[in-house]
Amino acid sequence: MTTIREDFAEILKLVRPNARVLDIGCEDGVLLELLTREKNVDGQGLEISPEGVAACLARGLAVVQGDGDRDLDHFPTRAFDYAILSKTLQQMREPRHVLSELLRVADQAVVSVPNFGHWKVRWALLSRGRMPETGALPEPWYSTPNIHLCTLRDFVGLCDALELRIDACASLADGKPARPIDPRAPIENWRAETALFLLSRKAEPQPAAVPQQNLFGEVELPKAEPAKKRKR
Amino acid sequence: MLQAIDTLQRRRSKAAMTAQGRIEAGIDNAIPIGGGTWRFSASRPLRLDSGATLAPLEIAYKTYGTLNEARSNAVLVCHALTGDQHLASTHPVTGKPGWWDRFVGPGKPLDPERHYIICSNVIGGCMGTTGPASIDPATGEPYGLKFPVITIADMVRAQAMLIEDLGIETLFAAVGGSMGGMQVLQWAADYPDKLFSAVVIAAAARHSAQNIAFHEVGRQAIMADPNWCGGAYLQAGVRPEKGLAVARMAAHITYLSEAALQRKFGRELQRDGLSWGFDDDFQVESYLRHQGTSFVDRFDANSYLYITRALDYFDLAARHGGVLAEAFVNARNVKFCVLSFSSDWLYPTPESRDIVRALNGAGCRASFAEIQTDKGHDAFFLDEPLLDQTLKGFLAARAQARGLA
Repeated sequence: MTTIREDFAEILKLVRPNARVLDIGCEDGVLLELLTREKNVDGQGLEISPEGVAACLARGLAVVQGDGDRDLDHFPTRAFDYAILSKTLQQMREPRHVLSELLRVADQAVVSVPNFGHWKVRWALLSRGRMPETGALPEPWYSTPNIHLCTLRDFVGLCDALELRIDACASLADGKPARPIDPRAPIENWRAETALFLLSRKAEPQPAAVPQQNLFGEVELPKAEPAKKRKR
Repeated sequence: MLQAIDTLQRRRSKAAMTAQGRIEAGIDNAIPIGGGTWRFSASRPLRLDSGATLAPLEIAYKTYGTLNEARSNAVLVCHALTGDQHLASTHPVTGKPGWWDRFVGPGKPLDPERHYIICSNVIGGCMGTTGPASIDPATGEPYGLKFPVITIADMVRAQAMLIEDLGIETLFAAVGGSMGGMQVLQWAADYPDKLFSAVVIAAAARHSAQNIAFHEVGRQAIMADPNWCGGAYLQAGVRPEKGLAVARMAAHITYLSEAALQRKFGRELQRDGLSWGFDDDFQVESYLRHQGTSFVDRFDANSYLYITRALDYFDLAARHGGVLAEAFVNARNVKFCVLSFSSDWLYPTPESRDIVRALNGAGCRASFAEIQTDKGHDAFFLDEPLLDQTLKGFLAARAQARGLA
């Protein structure tokens, strides 16, 4: 069995079996295939590159060539249980619109964003006065596809502005297990390299969507923090 | 994995046989080809959208491969405007290879070793299926303009009758490009329970004003030819060849792209120097003239009128309250693959996107890819590796879902 990408492993835990899943920016379809195999989801991918689309088709996945900025509008309201946007929100032209669209087409959104408030980023700026190149942000400024970077606090602020509820949040870092965090805790804005969010509309009643085996589902977010903090 | 090994072994054995000289290159010798003309009794007329009926109905068709015991491996290939049933075998009139030879054959996306591939000439056609050149039983003469106006849905209804008579309950796939793609969409709308997967290439859910305009130019060219004789040219013993050739020339331009024409011909001359007259000085002129004259050998002018009309009348959403998604609400169990070509200006990519949007709206699972090419609409006949790769992947995954080896 090949190793599963850390964020994929977390998403796999979040998604309940037999759900309808839209994966935006699904690339070669590894995550969708994983979800189909392990959770028997009814999956649909959205991918911009023809090579990615061809790879998805070869895996037997349903995939539409298109981009998250424009083509989400075409999906009907609440057509999916989950909309997944993995590490690409910061590459969108209109992240605010996209985020709000995610929660129109789906009941819940799984979104991961690199945290520009991470200490390494701040340190690079402070010490060298140059744009940071870190594990989560490997490209130099002139060739990075990231055009809308934000800090954890910024992202939480946007969720508040859009009246989204944060159902769960975990910090992700290369080679380390995911760690449930309170995204509002100031310390996390320093130490979370990438954060994975499970979001839903505030107006909706709490869906029974968070599965039992979910890492974060049974844990009250703020309470979970101190114990984990001490361990690290 | 097993499948891959199987394919590999098959390839090896094929190579061995070739080495022994038992199998020549070409599909004709390697796989079972069937078909002929299916004659429906006069008591089973084809009911047409216009309200008319067509009887007795004859459908000319070809098959490649063998129907498996479960009758689950049948693929219907729907041909385009000027296509016919000679999908992957030598054309009886032109002597040329089948129109989709490069797509159908051992190891190709449609594989007669795995699929039972059916291709039938559409009604209104001129290669054996009942059309305007057929004998009208009421008069004993060719129908000519007495042939009823037909629609894409009529073509599909006729195909469904054939498929039923061939003992096939559900098609593994319906596949088509251009007008063929429109038939596939119609299949999904009218016979969703008889369809397991659908492949729609370079098509649209309706004819645009520009599409209708080009067709009208073609029809007027035919009708302006004195040899058209008000449609009764067969009785007069003549053929409106000039008009039909012009119609083909105009249409052929729409199948290419500006870039492809430029790349292929540019301003290259046919001979040294200009003629200072109206000979075919430019290579592109010569090419178009050739397209026109070779077309009249194999196509009937009235068929051209009727089939282009069927295309113009095509508007899938119109029957569903103007909402295309409504056409697909019963097709949720069908998996779709929609493909377009970036340089196709006859049925441009936004038309395919509309289809995909409607499928998504109807809750159908659809795949869509725009293939980057400068070859225009006709790219689906041509060598486009990504097209092959995409369809191979889609069909292989569908085969797995259907339990085909």
